[in-house]
Amino acid sequence: MSHKFPLLPVQASTVAPEVDALYWTWVAISAVSALLIAVAVFYFFIRYQRRKSGQIGHQDHGSTTLEIVWSVIPLVIVLIMFVWGTKVFFDQSRPPSNAVEYFATGKQWMWKFQHPTGKREINELHVPVGRPIKLTMISEDVIHSLFVPAFRVKADVLPGRYTTLWFQATKVGEYHLFCAEYCGTEHSLMGGTVYVMEPDDYEAWLAKAPGSGDQLATGEQLFQRFACNTCHFDGPRARGPNLEGVFGSTVKLADGSTLTADEDYVRESILTPKAKVVAGFEPLMPTFQGQVTEDQLLQLIQYVKSLGDKGAKSTPAGQTTEGAQPAAVTGGAAAPTTGG
Amino acid sequence: MPEHHQPGALAHHFETYDQQKEASNLGMWLFLVTEVMFFGGFFLAYIVYRSKFPLDFAYASHELDVTLGTTNTAVLIASSLTMAMAVRSAALAKRKAVVGFLILTMLFGGVFLGIKAHEYHTKWVHHHVPGPHFEWHGEGADPHHAEMFFNFYFGMTGLHAAHMVIGIGLLTWLCFPAWKGRFNEDYHNPVEVVGLYWHFVDIIWIFLFPLLYLIGFHMHGH
Amino acid sequence: MSSTTAARAVPPPKYNYLNAEHGIKSWLLTQDHKRIAILYLISVSIFFMLGGIFAGLIRLELLTPQGDLVSGDTYNRLFTLHGVIMIFFFLIPSIPAVLGNFLVPIMIGAKDLAFPKLNLASWYVYNLAGLLGLYAMVHGGVDTGWTFYAPFSTTYSNSYVVPTALAGFTAGFSSIFTGLNFIVTIHRMRAPGMTWFRMPLFIWSHYATSLIILLGTPVLAISLLLLVLERTLHIGIFDPNLGGDPVLFQHLFWFYSHPAVYIMILPSMGVVSELIAAFSRKRVFGYKFVAFASLAIAVLGFLVWGHHMFTSGQSVYAATVFSVLTMLVAIPSAVKVFNWTATLHRGAISYDTPMLYALGFIGLFTIGGLTGVMLGTLGIDIHVHDTYFVVAHFHYIMVGGAILGYLGGLHYWWPKITGRLYNRFWSQVSAIIIFVGFNLTFFPQFILGFEGMPRRYWSYPPEFQVLNVLSTAGASILGVGLILPLFYFMASLGKKGRWAGPNPWGAVGLEWETSSPPPPHNFLEPPVVTHEAYAYEELHPEPTQKEPYVA
Repeated sequence: MSHKFPLLPVQASTVAPEVDALYWTWVAISAVSALLIAVAVFYFFIRYQRRKSGQIGHQDHGSTTLEIVWSVIPLVIVLIMFVWGTKVFFDQSRPPSNAVEYFATGKQWMWKFQHPTGKREINELHVPVGRPIKLTMISEDVIHSLFVPAFRVKADVLPGRYTTLWFQATKVGEYHLFCAEYCGTEHSLMGGTVYVMEPDDYEAWLAKAPGSGDQLATGEQLFQRFACNTCHFDGPRARGPNLEGVFGSTVKLADGSTLTADEDYVRESILTPKAKVVAGFEPLMPTFQGQVTEDQLLQLIQYVKSLGDKGAKSTPAGQTTEGAQPAAVTGGAAAPTTGG
Repeated sequence: MPEHHQPGALAHHFETYDQQKEASNLGMWLFLVTEVMFFGGFFLAYIVYRSKFPLDFAYASHELDVTLGTTNTAVLIASSLTMAMAVRSAALAKRKAVVGFLILTMLFGGVFLGIKAHEYHTKWVHHHVPGPHFEWHGEGADPHHAEMFFNFYFGMTGLHAAHMVIGIGLLTWLCFPAWKGRFNEDYHNPVEVVGLYWHFVDIIWIFLFPLLYLIGFHMHGH
Repeated sequence: MSSTTAARAVPPPKYNYLNAEHGIKSWLLTQDHKRIAILYLISVSIFFMLGGIFAGLIRLELLTPQGDLVSGDTYNRLFTLHGVIMIFFFLIPSIPAVLGNFLVPIMIGAKDLAFPKLNLASWYVYNLAGLLGLYAMVHGGVDTGWTFYAPFSTTYSNSYVVPTALAGFTAGFSSIFTGLNFIVTIHRMRAPGMTWFRMPLFIWSHYATSLIILLGTPVLAISLLLLVLERTLHIGIFDPNLGGDPVLFQHLFWFYSHPAVYIMILPSMGVVSELIAAFSRKRVFGYKFVAFASLAIAVLGFLVWGHHMFTSGQSVYAATVFSVLTMLVAIPSAVKVFNWTATLHRGAISYDTPMLYALGFIGLFTIGGLTGVMLGTLGIDIHVHDTYFVVAHFHYIMVGGAILGYLGGLHYWWPKITGRLYNRFWSQVSAIIIFVGFNLTFFPQFILGFEGMPRRYWSYPPEFQVLNVLSTAGASILGVGLILPLFYFMASLGKKGRWAGPNPWGAVGLEWETSSPPPPHNFLEPPVVTHEAYAYEELHPEPTQKEPYVA
């Protein structure tokens, strides 16, 4: 990381140039506006200096025309910038359909990242350049926020609910990542580095070094360890719904309402199973709150997602990766799931 | 209209009794606006969570005693009647009636609080008070969400009860000038504005009662 | 207007609110709005200095990238307390409770506020709140940030959250009492002939501010109360384990705290209107537009709170709505700036210190406001939210705007409040020092924020150091500028201080038609108003002394 005196942050993502164009345009508009006012004020200040003690100013009576002009012109300018800014924001918020899904958990005071292959990192995130990456995130305690200035992206990380952030890195290098929501004693130390690598280097890195093994297998292992499979299977005596094909589909609940099965729904079903019972089933499922960690929840979700491809499903929810491919079912250093 | 005022009833910074009275009324209405916003935040939170888990709230609400809640509603409405009578008596300069109605209003308020205390105690015994001792054995609702309902029950009725206590304090304070015969047609505004406050607290309860007690009314037992 | 051409020896007024009664009880039990204003002046000044000390410590720590001056925990308490004190105990009360309390009745021709006892109560409640806050501070303080976000504040913080939250709650009551008093006074106690559109713009600003206070502060109260209930009684409204949503706290909190920033700036804008009019000796251009702009800011200000939460996980559609509304709320502020500038055109401008502050306000508020619109632009905010860009933005408004307005008002009305004139030269010097020091402190922070330096950081990456050093250097200059007024104001009250007379500035306004200091009931005879505000042409006021500030 350069210790030089930086005035311009590096642009390292597809969205960064868009954000910067928006920013510098606003800076220019602001500078011009402020300058116009400053010049007017200074000029009047000098030109109309009071000469005699009893002198009064020239009493004008306002001008409705002027008021309209100087209300409408700024209004037009800000609305144009609003539209442009919203467009950039939609680009920042909506990952492309082929984005590869990674996971992140924040906790006081560290970040844990999980690659699609299951490999895990702490406070560091290695990613390949040129590939859209979507991070699904949750906090284990208080609200944090993941911020990578070089990518111009930021999203709060909440307890109890998943949030997402996406980027496509455009430049190989090392970039700061920060926690950007005050979270206690070591908030300012809760940072790390994003390493953007050439795809081959990334694959090589992925292949070596200790990782926690294949994530799916772990999710599958958890599914058995917690005895989920004793109720959730395909058969007439199953006490719980069969989970094949469920993820991303529309689910009908006991009270008649429907919802789309997304990450939050799976998590809620594990932690507070009585909240949204599926139609046709008894509210028998016990809660696993306190027994399963957020990381394990992410693994279980990933597993349930992988079961989603084996059955028919309706239109998936906006947040999930559309046309989800099973992430590296063959495990290990498999080729990335999508061509990018 | 003959002036009945005692010396000193018109404050030095006001020009007329009318100005003083209008200022005092406007002041109390503005204060009630702040109270609407204050309780409003709580009601908003209630709406958010009830729309998130309506069934759980209904099941939890079923645990409340509707009879006691209805009784309390009737008690408060009666207290508003006696309060209005107090205001009227003050305008008619009937000092014993004023004090009598003020005391009656306080009594009704006391009955309300007594019933509330009994309800709280029952909840404590059944382990329905939020916190480390909370237990939920009902089948219909998720225990966490049931506890959330009771967060609202205790929080909102507790805040309401605190306002009632303040109201009773204000009524007590009013008894003194009332007993001394200070109030008459020209000057009875203190009674009127305390009446406004008391009616407001009553109206809050009118909203709380159905939202807390009646949403689970038709739920079958667990 | 009486005009004494004898240059220096203006006699002190015989009977005024300061010498009408003596003794500590006459102050602590006063119901005179003018004395209460002075009581508030003392209290808010003390809190301002305390908040300033915390700011100084923050800037000292940030001289180096490592956390080496204080521990991380201490730093977190420093910035939290700096925020809590400055916002709740200085900025929100300052102009309304000091200048508003003093001037609102006089400017509309009334003898006092509608509820004098409530006014005194509001000062005592303020001090009670201060005691609660001090209690928390003395025991180690609070480390949640002034924003108290759940679940950190409800569950994880080990600091004195409850007393501090209660302090904020109590301070809110003080604020509500003041706002309520102003609204009733303005509605019911205007002198004969003082119609709504003859009122000074200072009154319009305070009216709009009071509307916001009344509608918004109670929501802060319930937010803080829910926080306290969760911490003390386990009533976990925001607890994710119970299905609660910590983001709900943010909605409730910001529903007040965004309008709160308008509570902090509108009174200052009211002061600026008065200063520009008085020191250009003409009516404010577009008076009605400025008046309605205050109301528009008050209304629109309630609709934009979500712009503090663009990254919090709310839907993109909600974010879009809040963004466009944020753009709209900028327009009335811009209209005011243009109208003030137009007022200067063909004015008779004097370079007295209050005018310097007014012009400083225009420049710095413009920059602060423009950066605010930048923050309302979604694409930008995602990047700069929770960075030093935001810190710079709000300090431009709060210090460059609100505080400059407060100081300008103090300098303008000091002669009226105390009857004395202060040293002109040193007052101009300190205004310039403040302006320079302020910009040096906060402009680099815009750059730091865009670079990506997050806020509330006790230690930071080394490449951010140069800009931080510049900022701290500026802060020391700013500190000097802010301390100077203490000296010359105090000096003005001493034996050598000169008396001002009723109208040292030759300004138009009911306050300048009574003695300096005013009599206990403000006017010897109740005024009847026959002219508009700032009617310089009709009234042609002369200053009490031809050259009040010679040497």
